[in-house]
Amino acid sequence: MVPLSYYLVLSGILFACGVLGFLIKRNIITIFMSIELMLNGVNLSFVAFAAQWHALSGQVFVFFVMVVAAAESAVGLAIIIAVYRTRQTLNVDQINLLKL
Amino acid sequence: MLHLVLFLIFGVVCVAGAVNLLVQSHPINSALSLVVVMGSLAGEYLLLGAEFVAAIQVIVYAGAIMVLFVFVIMLLNAGAEERTRGSRIAVLFGIPGLLVGSILLAWVLVARSGSQAVPVGALPGPPREIAMLLFHDFLLPFEVTSVLVLIAIMGAVVLAARPEAIEHTKKEG
Repeated sequence: MVPLSYYLVLSGILFACGVLGFLIKRNIITIFMSIELMLNGVNLSFVAFAAQWHALSGQVFVFFVMVVAAAESAVGLAIIIAVYRTRQTLNVDQINLLKL
Repeated sequence: MLHLVLFLIFGVVCVAGAVNLLVQSHPINSALSLVVVMGSLAGEYLLLGAEFVAAIQVIVYAGAIMVLFVFVIMLLNAGAEERTRGSRIAVLFGIPGLLVGSILLAWVLVARSGSQAVPVGALPGPPREIAMLLFHDFLLPFEVTSVLVLIAIMGAVVLAARPEAIEHTKKEG
């Protein structure tokens, strides 16, 4: 038997790692992966609360989060490809203008 | 007891993968450690009795999304990132503040929340019951997400296509 708070602490650690990666990483793809890490931390707390309160709708929400994450990563990676095609770099320090 | 041990094993692997994602400088190494994080999270979901979520975690996240990431990294031939030095204020105040905040949060969650233990596998989470919820109570959101995925597919194709290719199809069509 694992207390609910352990799951929440693990989910918080994952979310914090995602925020940290979002702030300190300089590669745009790695920043994008940090966002996925944050989404995973949120999913874990959803499932843990669903198990705690015996509410199955928590798992359905995880399903929706995954669908939105899949759509987001497809569009985001397409944007990254388009940015790389015009700038020839993935470093976010050099991608600081909307207009070329 | 066994469940706690399994939780700790999966949790340690998960956090190690997340920290490795931050430490590695090459994006392909970060992507592979993210796969480790997602695989061990699927183990955590199984411990909570959520079989369906564990299955789609492996199939959709560790399978589809990460393949997309690795594909784009290889397509763009991404090299190791250049490190830039952060500001000194961030190091002086950010790291102690982060430590104090996270320890406080963890202490409040563990000591003060008064949560009882989650019964392992007690959640009725077979795909049948989830399908009943998904196609009855959440039917409208489900259909809306299908439209969202359709828009995302078209957006990805339009964004990633070469500009010349779009011009070419305009002339022909």
